[in-house]
Amino acid sequence: MSTDRGTDRGQDRGAPLVELRDISIAFGGVQAVDHVTVDLYPGEVVGLLGHNGAGKSTLIKCLSGAYRMDSGEIRINGNKVEINNPRDARRHNIETIYQTLALADNLDASANLFLGREITNALGMIDEAQMEAETRRIMGRLNPNFRKFSAPVSALSGGQRQSVAIARAVYFNAKILIMDEPTAALGPQETQMVAELIDELKRQGLGIFLIDHDIHQVKQLCDRAAVMKNGQLVGIVKVDEVSEDDLLGMIIAGKRPEHLAA
Amino acid sequence: MKAATAHAPATPKKKSVLAALEIDTRLLGMIGAFVVLCLAFNFFTDGRFLTPRNIFNLTIQTVSVAIMATGMVFIIVTRHIDLSVGSLLATCSAVMAMAQTAILPDLLGVGLDSPVVAALAIVVGLVCGTAIGAFQGWLVGYLVIPAFIVTLGGLLVWRNVAWYLTSGQTIGPLNETYLLFGGINGTLGETLSWAFALVATVAALWALVASRRNKVAHEMPVKPMWAESAIGVLIAVAIFGFVALLVAYEIPSGRLERIFEARGEVLPEGYSAGYGIPFSVLALIVLAVVLTTVARKTRFGRYVFATGGNPDAAELSGINTRMLTVKVFALMGFLCALSAVVASARLTNHTNDIGTLDELRVIAAAVIGGTALSGGVGTIYGAILGALIMQSLQSGMAMVGVDAPFQNIVVGMVLVVAVLVDILYRKRTGGKA
Ligand SMILES: Nc1ncnc2c1ncn2[C@@H]1O[C@H](COP(=O)(O)OP(=O)(O)OP(=O)(O)O)[C@@H](O)[C@H]1O
Ligand SMILES: [Mg+2]
Repeated sequence: MSTDRGTDRGQDRGAPLVELRDISIAFGGVQAVDHVTVDLYPGEVVGLLGHNGAGKSTLIKCLSGAYRMDSGEIRINGNKVEINNPRDARRHNIETIYQTLALADNLDASANLFLGREITNALGMIDEAQMEAETRRIMGRLNPNFRKFSAPVSALSGGQRQSVAIARAVYFNAKILIMDEPTAALGPQETQMVAELIDELKRQGLGIFLIDHDIHQVKQLCDRAAVMKNGQLVGIVKVDEVSEDDLLGMIIAGKRPEHLAA
Repeated sequence: MKAATAHAPATPKKKSVLAALEIDTRLLGMIGAFVVLCLAFNFFTDGRFLTPRNIFNLTIQTVSVAIMATGMVFIIVTRHIDLSVGSLLATCSAVMAMAQTAILPDLLGVGLDSPVVAALAIVVGLVCGTAIGAFQGWLVGYLVIPAFIVTLGGLLVWRNVAWYLTSGQTIGPLNETYLLFGGINGTLGETLSWAFALVATVAALWALVASRRNKVAHEMPVKPMWAESAIGVLIAVAIFGFVALLVAYEIPSGRLERIFEARGEVLPEGYSAGYGIPFSVLALIVLAVVLTTVARKTRFGRYVFATGGNPDAAELSGINTRMLTVKVFALMGFLCALSAVVASARLTNHTNDIGTLDELRVIAAAVIGGTALSGGVGTIYGAILGALIMQSLQSGMAMVGVDAPFQNIVVGMVLVVAVLVDILYRKRTGGKA
């Protein structure tokens, strides 16, 4: 039922950047994601909505390589791909901001930003100074008030940690960006900067999955919204065609709005 | 970028001298404890503790445990433990002893004391240690058996593999060249020791300057010039002071006579010579520099610390944490073998009980040296200092005449208290325990 809506967009935008087809994954007895199909086009932001435990994070973790799905397939630019671990995902230019941020608390901001992709000199030694300079540059854009460059990230506030995680995801020229509640810990000013960042990245042609509980924000930032409930997809809607109440109804009651029901 | 003003406020807050020097207070505390310990033992032994002779002996006794402690830092930082190090040392020692006495001379058709035999035996030992370490790491990393269990099993297995290989017998005397790594039988002598001090000082100062230049080039904050110079002077004094002590321990005249005799000369009247830096200590120093560089400047080191800080984050960042575990345990195995060379060469024999209880000493050294058992935190120099403190405690008590059981009781208690102090320190400074 999602495909018909996907295709009308597809005709004016070419092939989807990402297709998650019929994804299922269970933990023990819990069917965390149950045959979910979503797609994402270049230059598009797709919001993932749903109550706590609906399966949003689990779904995107199949794409980021953190989990291996039980069944289903992932296509990127129309080609079927195997994503078995986070390294595979990075190879496909998929960057992720995890809900838990996934930072090594004992290391400083630049060590975290470059974790797994350190800048090294001719001798293969880590170029600390170069990395810190790059970190200062990107943080200057994302969170100009950020100063704690040499402290371990355990000494940072929740919002500062979140900025580090965001910086890491956007620094490496991602094509596909996954943001799991990226603004949960941010103040209004920083949230505004992330919103502007999302708009800018979108203009650059990235595809973004955005998980967010703030419906107002989803309406503002996203092109489409996919709503999940108990691991299943309730529906995918264009945010311009629904009201905030419609979205709420989908999240809580798990029903597609009347005027869109086919 | 013209942002220099942002990180160099025009009127910096008045910092304390210590803060300006950026010396880690924990290190200072350890050095302080060590100095107090030495002075106390010196007092109770009527000045026998702080003699060149005793300091020389203390240094060479420390090397074996210190070498393994540097590896244990990597193990504990990744949230693992290795209880098998003492036994693994014994197996490597047994392999090398058998190789150089029973196998290689026949195989190569050369004498027991041929340098080739020593070199090959050491290579065989290092390969063996690395392989066993890697195997244990594979059990931990890929089969996900807790390191505690794997190495507890290893503790029993390798101890008895060593026993089996040698039928429980003392193997020796070992190869002459091999014995050079034991300590007193192989030293640099006076001239080369001073040359080493000079080279080491120049290298250390150059590293300081290079690091400062690099920071300035990237417009990062740097220490005030006086602080930087003070650290440079401190380093130079420490290096030359240490070498002076080792050189001050003079070779007994009887031994000198024999050395001259061997060269077909006569010992001149009034001639004296100091031992200088033992090869084993030299090896430890080189190892410390290399492993510190590995820990701070290589991807491997960075991933070790990241994995210790947050294993999930490391995995999500694309780090192959399983393979990393194998590598870390392989490194530990390599260092056990290296340590086995030093330990058996110092004893001039392989003995069946070599390395017994070393796991305790090694873990204690790493932990006293500031390695957090919760992972993610630890330094190489701390572990070496920890090993030195443990050895001083043990030798000092022996010199003072403390009974053997009480020595062990004290060492055991010191380990527990050291961890408690560490936890309290971290709480106060806001780090994680
Ligand atoms: N590693 C895991 N092991 C076992 N169960 C899991 C695991 N991860 C998720 N689950 C279960 O899967 C379901 C979906 O969880 P998920 O984290 O995807 O929810 P979510 O939609 O992201 O919720 P939230 O809005 O609270 O972040 C939940 O029932 C959760 O308990
Ligand atoms: Mg979630």
